[in-house]
Order: sequence, then structure tokens, then C-alpha cells
Amino acid sequence: MNSLTETKRNPTDWQGPAMQKRIARRYAAERRFKALGMAAVMLSAGFLAFLLVVMVGNGFRGFTQTELPVDIDFPAVTGGASASQFEGPNANANLQSMGLREIVDSSIEIQYGPDGTELFSPGGWTAVSAMILNDPDIVEQKTTIYLPVISDIDVAYKDAGNPEAEEKVRELGDRFSTGFNWNFLSHSDATDPMQVGIWGAFKGSLITMVVTLLLAFPVGVLAALYLEEYAPKNRLTDLIEVSINNLAAVPSIIFGLLGLAVFLNFFGMPRSGALVGGLTLALMTMPVIVISGRNAVKSVPPSIREAALGIGASPLQVVFHHVLPLALPGILTGTIIGMARALGETAPLLMIGMRAFIATPPNGITDPATVLPVQIFLWSDEVDRGFVEKTSAAIIVLLLFLLTMNALAIYLRNRFETRW
Amino acid sequence: MTSATLLFLVIGLGLVAWFFGRLKASGMQASGETSRSALHSLPNYHGWYVALWAIVPAAIFMTIWNFVSPALITDAALTSAAAAGLPQDSFSRAAILSEARAIAYGNQTNAFNPLSQSMVEPYREAIAYYQMIGTVAALLMVFACGVYAWLQIKPDLRARTKIERVTMLILLLASLIAIITTVGIFLSLVFESARFFSMVSPIDFLFGTEWNPKAVAGPRGETGFGAIPLFWGTVFIGAIIAMIVAIPLGLMSAIYLTQYAPAKFRAWMKPILEVLAGVPTVVYGYFAALTVAPALRDFAVSIGIAGASSESALAAGVVMGIMIIPFVSSMADDSIAAVPSAMRDGSLAMGATHSETIKKVLIPAALPGVVGGVLLAVSRAIGETMIVVMAAGLAANMTANPFSSVTTVTTQIVQLLTGDQEFDSPKTLAAFALGLVLFIVTLLLNLIALRVVKKYREAYE
Repeated sequence: MNSLTETKRNPTDWQGPAMQKRIARRYAAERRFKALGMAAVMLSAGFLAFLLVVMVGNGFRGFTQTELPVDIDFPAVTGGASASQFEGPNANANLQSMGLREIVDSSIEIQYGPDGTELFSPGGWTAVSAMILNDPDIVEQKTTIYLPVISDIDVAYKDAGNPEAEEKVRELGDRFSTGFNWNFLSHSDATDPMQVGIWGAFKGSLITMVVTLLLAFPVGVLAALYLEEYAPKNRLTDLIEVSINNLAAVPSIIFGLLGLAVFLNFFGMPRSGALVGGLTLALMTMPVIVISGRNAVKSVPPSIREAALGIGASPLQVVFHHVLPLALPGILTGTIIGMARALGETAPLLMIGMRAFIATPPNGITDPATVLPVQIFLWSDEVDRGFVEKTSAAIIVLLLFLLTMNALAIYLRNRFETRW
Repeated sequence: MTSATLLFLVIGLGLVAWFFGRLKASGMQASGETSRSALHSLPNYHGWYVALWAIVPAAIFMTIWNFVSPALITDAALTSAAAAGLPQDSFSRAAILSEARAIAYGNQTNAFNPLSQSMVEPYREAIAYYQMIGTVAALLMVFACGVYAWLQIKPDLRARTKIERVTMLILLLASLIAIITTVGIFLSLVFESARFFSMVSPIDFLFGTEWNPKAVAGPRGETGFGAIPLFWGTVFIGAIIAMIVAIPLGLMSAIYLTQYAPAKFRAWMKPILEVLAGVPTVVYGYFAALTVAPALRDFAVSIGIAGASSESALAAGVVMGIMIIPFVSSMADDSIAAVPSAMRDGSLAMGATHSETIKKVLIPAALPGVVGGVLLAVSRAIGETMIVVMAAGLAANMTANPFSSVTTVTTQIVQLLTGDQEFDSPKTLAAFALGLVLFIVTLLLNLIALRVVKKYREAYE
């Protein structure tokens, strides 16, 4: 007893300077750690912000085009064409026979000298033909039309271009004006960056997505219902579950290889078509729909099933009349998220040849088509500097669509989420 | 009539059949309210019963007919007079026939070979003849089966039971598609890879160090198909550089958001970080190629690093890491949340600060889950295609210099399969062999990761 009291340790002096210093050190470490966490979050969010700023900064200019005014004295050059020629069924034929391109070119040469046509985008005159069809009266008067300039000057005017074009920009100075680039929304792919548009790729995306949805949604929902409600516990069910989880993690490019080997080479389906693209993406999207669908079905409380069974519904009626409608918002949310992923997917579609140069929008599921992400990829490969802003502009359009889809999914989830 | 219009016609007739079946059943219901003739099933089920009888056999017939009729058409065309002038050589014969077929179906407008043009007419006749047979047979089947089912309708017909049995079958078939897809992927990869390995030895492929697939195909013992540089590039970008970016950022973000952040901040930041995972990979690729790669190259040049390329492993890896952040973060989030709160509370009660609790208790306890998540992230990163295609370059270098250009498995798959396509050249088939390797590796990574995560979950339950 005595020896114990003798060897007794001094009680820790919590107020002593050594201890205070230690506590201060520990608290400092705590603050550092917290700041580190904050920094990680901010850095990640900063990357996102930087990415968006770069894309919007580059892409914003893609929606505008630099134009120069051209005075066209229609009565003089056409020798008195009347507006009525360009109305009704013969309008297109008359337009083609009037030699509009020469008319535009000669007007340009009058105002900008013999080399003037080199200032303008080669396909720019087609805008004039669209204007005439829209408002035939202009052929009876002298009008000023703004036509897009060539890509080099466009780039030089908006930003810094090559020296030659910069020189031209200085020379013509205040004659330039900037207009909204409607071509970008209504045209398809082209070799001239001033004439390219996303409509063809957008339509291809739309058709492909419809094929994907029509295939993946029913199959995904039915599979989810089967696995969650009816599947007996046996080897086959386990195998199905393993396959679905595995498919959800298979790299997308492997689906492209599957599409190439099976759909194109084995079944001989048309190459580059939205049909094959849709099929391939459907196989990719289906597991996503099954997994989210199963969660939605699982969250429907058993009391509902028991009540329905209790008043004499068959197991199938229970599911299709009660469980499915209640689980539908959840399933739809998962479907939209899966579709958004499919919409942004590029690699598998490259494998099945949806990377062709598509100058006319597809009109059916077997027509050669391309989709927005692939179009972005193709444009990103172009050397012409005019394509940089077009690529970014296409990215803005793609991101807007994805954002809308995700917002819709979140809205659905919040609006129809039921707490049982 | 083309098969698509025929299909729509059959489905339309099925709807008509549905109507008549329902009409008959509801007529029975109306006439016999007495107990004996009460319907077993609701009239709707009778309608579906008739409709299914009308559609399904005809649809099965049409599917089989679609596979059988091309052979019959070719046979018929070959017996025609024009076929006598065809060359006996089977290869050119097949080329002529396929051209004539394409013209007859309207897929092609004019023939390069005059012999094909002469075969078009016989083809057209044969196609019209067999399409007519198919159409008539399908429609007859619709009527026969529909009428048969309609006659079957009686009050005690167990229509609902039958319909439900068919529906269950459809449900089962829908779930089997997942297995079919998996098997399809595996078989197509294995089949094409086997053809590749009959031309190039697997040893050379897996352990060779020279990747130059443009080498002319030799009889055997090809060189230029050594995939080690690709494997190295894939690991270097996806498993090393990307993870150096993604693991600290993802893990620290998860820790901050779950342990420190106020609820409101968390509610805003979490979706924002998830947007990073929703940005299409082609956008990341463009970002890497346009912005990150030139900046990194200029940086490397300014500090005097030799061999800095504008398509650097670092640019692709960093951007891929950014893409993976939310993935790592959400996996870490889940596994930290799964640690029993008693452990955390115990540590805090002993006087440990928050960060000490996290570093010494939560992270060690959550480690298996985090490791599993990282493995899943790696499997995702090595299968990622667009970023590396656009930013990593094509040069198959074996280098540890992050500023130089390396190439990856996925880049080469894209490279080999776009452009000219002869389906029997080892160059094209090599893509499938690379795909097989990629498939197996990602599969193994996923299985291991899921097992680790599951084991760890069980430990705390």
C-alpha cells in the first residue's frame, strides 16, 4: 500500500503548458484535415466549373457567324423577275434556273472587287435562295443581304486567326456584323465549318434513342418484375442476377464489339444505321433499367400485395394492377438516367460505323446516321480552326439535353416519391 | 408486301380478333347471369386469348420464313434461264448473286457487273413469288388460329389462367435476355479471338513488346502484335495516374461531405459532384485534348522535360481521374456510412478529435469497402475509351514518363476497327483479342471488388 502511494504518478496537468501545446497541435491538425476535405470538394467542383467555362466560352461563339453586307439589285441582274415566279409549286425549279449563285457572286464582285468571292463562305448563297422562297417580294427590289464570310475570316474576326485573315479583318473593319448562326441548328455535317450544323446528328440521336427506349424499357421492366416478384430461388435466377450486375459494369466499347460481330457481321443488319446503334445501346441500358426497376418494385410495401391477394387478385393481377403503377415513377427515373447515359455514349457507336460523314439527316432506322457525341468526336478531329467553336457549341447542346433529362429525373423523383 | 407491313397487318388483325373474342365473351356474360354459365374469366381475358392465338403462331411462322425464304429465293433464281450464263467459279458467282440481290431489294441502284443485271429480273420474280406465299400463309394462319380460338370461347374456358401462363413466359424471356447478352458477348469475343490466335500465337500477343499491327501479315509467327505496351499504357493511365487524382480527391470529398459539411452544403455539393459522372466521356476527351494537354505540354517544356508530347499520358490520366472522382466518392461514402456508429461514438467519447476518429477508426474500419470501390473505379477507368482515344495518342511506348505519349487497349480497338475493314485480317481480329482481354480483366476486377465489399458488409451486420 505504502509502495503504491510512493510510486504514484503525478496526475496529468491538463492546464500545464505542455498539455496545452499538445491540445493546440491536435486542434490544428483537426483544422488542417477539415480544410483539406473542403479543398478536395472545392477542387472537384472547380474542375467541373472550369470544364463548363471552357466549353461555354469556346462554344458560345459557335452560335454566331460573322457576316458582310451584300447589296443585290435584283431587278437589274435578273432582268425583271416577278415575285409570283417564286410562289407555288414551280418555285424551286424557277429558283434553280435563275442562276442565283452567279447573281450573288457578281454582286459581291461589284462591291468587294474581283477577289471578293473569296471573302464569302462558298455555300452562303443558299441562304439567299431560302430567303427568296420565304419572301418572294425581295426579287422585285434592291436589297441588302448579310452573307457569312469564310471560316478563316470568321475566326480572325471573333478571335485571333492567321495573319492573312487578320489583315482582311483590319481592312474591312466596321463593315462586319455578327448574326445568329441559324445554319448551325438546321444543317448537317459539311466540309466548310461555316455551313455545318447539328440537325443531322441530332435527328440521328433522336431516332437512335427511340429505338433504344422501345427495346430497353419493356424488356428492362418485365425483367425487373420477374426477378423481384416471381423468380424462384434457383441456379437460373442467380445466373440472371450475376449477368445483369456484370453487364452493368462491362466497358461500353465491348458492347460495340458485340454489335459489330453479332448484329453487323452475323445478322447482316445495315451498317451505320440507327437500328444497330439503338440495339447496341439498348443492351447497355437494359441492365440500368433492371437494377433501378428492381429497387423501385422492392420499395412498394408488401401490405399492398397482400391486400390485393386477399380480395382475390391473381399474382399477375397484383403486380400489373397494383405494384407496377406504384413503382412506375421510380422505374421512369432510372430509365431517364439510363437514357441520358446512352445519349452521351460514343465508343460503341464508333465500332458499328456510325462515324460516317452524314450530310443529309437520316429518315429511317436503317439510313446511315450519326449521333451528337460522335459528331463532336468527328469535328474534334478536324484541323480547320473554325471547327473548334462548332465542336464546343455542339457540346453545349448535348450538355443542355443531358441536364434537362437529369433535371426531369430529379423532378419525377421528388414529385412522385411516396413515403410509405 | 414487305415483312414490316405484314407484321403490322397481323398485329392489326390481332386487335380485331381481340375485339371479337371480347364481344363473344361479354355476350355470354350478358345472356347467362345464372350460376351455371357464369364466365370463369373476365371478357377481356377471352379477348386476349383470341388475339394471342391469332398473332403468335403467325409471328413464329414469319420469323422462320424470314430465315428460310432467302435460300428458297436464291434456288429459284438459279433455276431460271439467266442463271445458265453464270461463271462456275463459286467466288465470283456469289459476288454476282449478292449484287443482283441488293438491286432486286432496292438497296442498290445499278450493277457494276452486267451479269448481275441479268440476274435481277429472275430475282425480282422469285422474291415476289415467295413473298406472296409468305403473306398468304401468314394471313391464313391468322384466320385459322383466330377462328379456332374464337370457337373455343365457352363460359368455363380458363382464359385468364392461360393468358397468365403466357405472360409469365414473356417475363422469363425478358430476364433471359441478360444471360443471352452476356453469352453473346463472350462467344463473339472468343470466336473472333480464336481466329486471331490461329494466325498469331497467344504467347506473342500476350508477352510481345512490339506493337505495330500495320506489319504485313505473314503465314505464321507474326510480329507486331505484342500487346504489352498497350497493357502498360492502360495500367499507367487508368490505374496509376487516374487513381492518383481520383483517390485522394474522392476520398477526402466523401469524408468532408459525410463528416463535416453542414446538411445544406452537402445537399448542394453532392449532386454537383455527381454531374461530373454524368458528363459524356467525349466531352472530357475534347477537354483533355483541347485544354489540358497543351497546357501540360507547355508546362513540361518550360521546366525542361525531354520528350513532352501534346498527347500525353498525364493529360488523359488526370481528366479520367476527374471523371472517376464521384465514383470513388460515392463508394467511400457508402462504406463509411456502413461503419457502426458505436465505433465512432466510442472513439469520440475517449477524447479523440474528429479527424483522429476518422483517420484511426473510420477509415481502417471502412478500408475493405473503400478498396472494393477503388477496384471498381479501376475497372471503369481501364475500359474508358473516348478520353484516351482523343488525348492519349497512338504511339505504343513503354515509358514511365507521364509527359510522353502512350496508347491503351481501348484506343487500339477503336483504331483497328475504324477505317478499312477486311474481316479476316489479323489486324481487325486483333481488336477482338484485345476486347477479350479487357472483358476478362474488368470482369475479374468486378467480381473481386464485389466479393470484398460483400465480405466487409457481412462483418458489420
